[in-house]
Amino acid sequence: MSRVLGLVCRECKAEVPPGMVNTCTRCFGPLEVHYDWEKVQESISREKIARGPHSIWRYEDLLPVESAEKVDLGAGFKKLHRARNLGRALGLRELYVLDDSVNPTYSFKDRVTSVAVTKALEFGAEAVGCASTGNLASAVAAHAAKAGLPAYIFIPESIELGKIVQMLSYGPRIIPVHGNYDDANRLASEVADAHPTWAFVNINIRPYYTEGSKTLAFEVAEQLDWQAPDHVVVPMASGALLCAIARGFQQLEQVGLTPENHTRISGAQPSGCAPIARAVQTRGDVVPLRTYETIVHSLAIGNPADGPYARDAILHSRGGAAIPTDEEVLEAIHLLARTEGIFTEPAGGTTVAGLQHLVENGTIEPDERVVLYATGNGLKTQESLTRTIHIPASIRPTVGAFEAMVSSPPPANTPQKTRGTAW
Amino acid sequence: MVKVRFSSALQGVTKTTLKEVPVEGTLHDLFAHLKKEFGAEFENRLFEAGKLRRFVNVFVNGEDVRHLQGLETPVKAGDEVSILPAVSGG
Ligand SMILES: Cc1ncc(COP(=O)(O)O)c(C=O)c1O
Ligand SMILES: [Zn+2]
Repeated sequence: MSRVLGLVCRECKAEVPPGMVNTCTRCFGPLEVHYDWEKVQESISREKIARGPHSIWRYEDLLPVESAEKVDLGAGFKKLHRARNLGRALGLRELYVLDDSVNPTYSFKDRVTSVAVTKALEFGAEAVGCASTGNLASAVAAHAAKAGLPAYIFIPESIELGKIVQMLSYGPRIIPVHGNYDDANRLASEVADAHPTWAFVNINIRPYYTEGSKTLAFEVAEQLDWQAPDHVVVPMASGALLCAIARGFQQLEQVGLTPENHTRISGAQPSGCAPIARAVQTRGDVVPLRTYETIVHSLAIGNPADGPYARDAILHSRGGAAIPTDEEVLEAIHLLARTEGIFTEPAGGTTVAGLQHLVENGTIEPDERVVLYATGNGLKTQESLTRTIHIPASIRPTVGAFEAMVSSPPPANTPQKTRGTAW
Repeated sequence: MVKVRFSSALQGVTKTTLKEVPVEGTLHDLFAHLKKEFGAEFENRLFEAGKLRRFVNVFVNGEDVRHLQGLETPVKAGDEVSILPAVSGG
């Protein structure tokens, strides 16, 4: 028997049978997966997880699927790095980085997509689709290729070329839309509505899709010997990722895989588009933005669907929100690469820079056990970084020319203005 | 005529996803017309205490009315109005 009872409205708690729906017909609220917790409890154990596959599917008992056959490119089960160098630079005693930049399509979006496309096949969908800020597009296109389904990908026209080149290689139909992410998302929602046999991962099967990101909480706890950390820092666009991580830690406690945990959850958004982070800082409503501009394309959503829930999750956990500038984001990308050998994209830079803010303003205390999520890969966003790096002029192939070159210090990548602790 | 596109989440009350409405004025006037046609249930689903519910998005020619004049936004013949749930994306 299934461990998934159906869906339930996050607002009015109305129960809805399982299916390709995301909206409560009674109040228009969003739906979420409703588990049979007794069944989950009966089946799950640390030992079973330890024997499981090296992917998100080791946590299958807490994921909303029925089929034995998964659309699995190997998303998840990524390394939790002890980040001593970055920790020292920021003044933190115990810092870790979950490096999710090395997933099959190089972002955390493979986690949600592996669940969603598996679910799409279960529902007998004839195609899959999504509205993407850049990373989801490749995740959906790749998993659709693996599943043998056509894919329709809606993107704002201005995203990074590297991401467009990558997504096109998997052979989807891409639909670049005049305007920003919210325009592309509205159009995709209307198209999804008109094609009920197509599974749009972050639209009509969004309740299942977001469940995949809970594995980012599970993996951290498992790698810390089934302890939840004191504090996590998460990048936010729609806020779905942050909510799923919060839910993940809460569910681990609920099924007894971790002791009672009090993980504090903080979020980060770039200053050019920070509707959720501003709502946290002002303790106010999430005010949608009509226009926004930032180099952090993957986090640029003006009307975030999970905004109010993400704000509440942060405030309830006594976390905070940080709003770094694009300049700080670029510096932070180099800082993470230089200290820990991890090359992340601007979303990861936002999180590192956000962590820096939160340590400096005392939201995060020096002796907390802190986990930072690096959710995307720097190789996808090279054009954003080229203006901050310095490529040395080539030399004649002689030892003399080499000695002359290294006798002066290398030009710095970014202006070395640090905030707080020197490194 | 104003062309109104209803989310499939409204199918139960509107029985259609598309409707042409003879109205010239504001969104208020358009909704008054639709409430008369589809009844209290239509109003309940979209409005709470006279205001659009938090998870209801209304667009006039692709523009979220929260960025226009809300229910005071003017509508005229040829305009397209879309009523969608705000629960997607990201
Ligand atoms: C690399 C990366 N990190 C974080 C996020 C934020 O995810 P969410 O929209 O669930 O808040 C995104 C969204 O596209 C992303 O691409
Ligand atoms: Zn409801």
